[in-house]
Amino acid sequence: MAVRVQQAAFDPGAEVNAMHAANVGVGAVVGFVGYVRDFNDGLDVAGMFLEHYPGMTEKALAKIVVEAEQRWPLLKVEVLHRIGALEPGEPIVFVGVASAHRQAAFDACNFIMDYLKTRAPFWKKESTQDGPRWVEGKQSDQDAAGRW
Amino acid sequence: MKVKVMYFARYRELLGVDTERLEGDFKVLDDVRQALVGKGGHYAVLAEQNLMCARNEELCRLDEPLEEGDEIAFFPPVTGG
Repeated sequence: MAVRVQQAAFDPGAEVNAMHAANVGVGAVVGFVGYVRDFNDGLDVAGMFLEHYPGMTEKALAKIVVEAEQRWPLLKVEVLHRIGALEPGEPIVFVGVASAHRQAAFDACNFIMDYLKTRAPFWKKESTQDGPRWVEGKQSDQDAAGRW
Repeated sequence: MKVKVMYFARYRELLGVDTERLEGDFKVLDDVRQALVGKGGHYAVLAEQNLMCARNEELCRLDEPLEEGDEIAFFPPVTGG
């Protein structure tokens, strides 16, 4: 299991390929990539800043991964989340899950993202034509996390 | 009891401070929150319904018991991903 919180950009394709690496027991890899959009809640978004809680962020992500590993038979899990200034089109987050069969990988990846969105201490501040604004938490994200 | 209190995102900006140290007769995390809200002004933000909190870098509830030297954090709902 690996959890990375970094400012640097990453290559989603390389991350997905690394999930398989030399492990021929891996039959399924599911990778989720989240990107910065150029719009949100009716406004154009020129960029955003990702704030986080150093120390707690890594612990919170690791805890989510451990819970996923307890629920599904997983062979490898990677969670990578960026912080700092980001522009539209840039990848923000990568969650990769490898398992022997697809269902565990699909479900675990979905679970990790739902929990990340509601339990990992990150906050987005968008730059819009109306000035900077903090992104508000969504009830739909709480509902999604409640399914598990 | 002495505790370290941290604020993030909108709360940090509104309060104009990211960390402060507090001393008082605190039993649970909510005692700290109420003491801060009682200071008035922008601290009223800590009365928000959807406030989240952490003790020693772990999410917790407001009824979480405290110990000397704890690191407490208050923040609005998280929005990563």
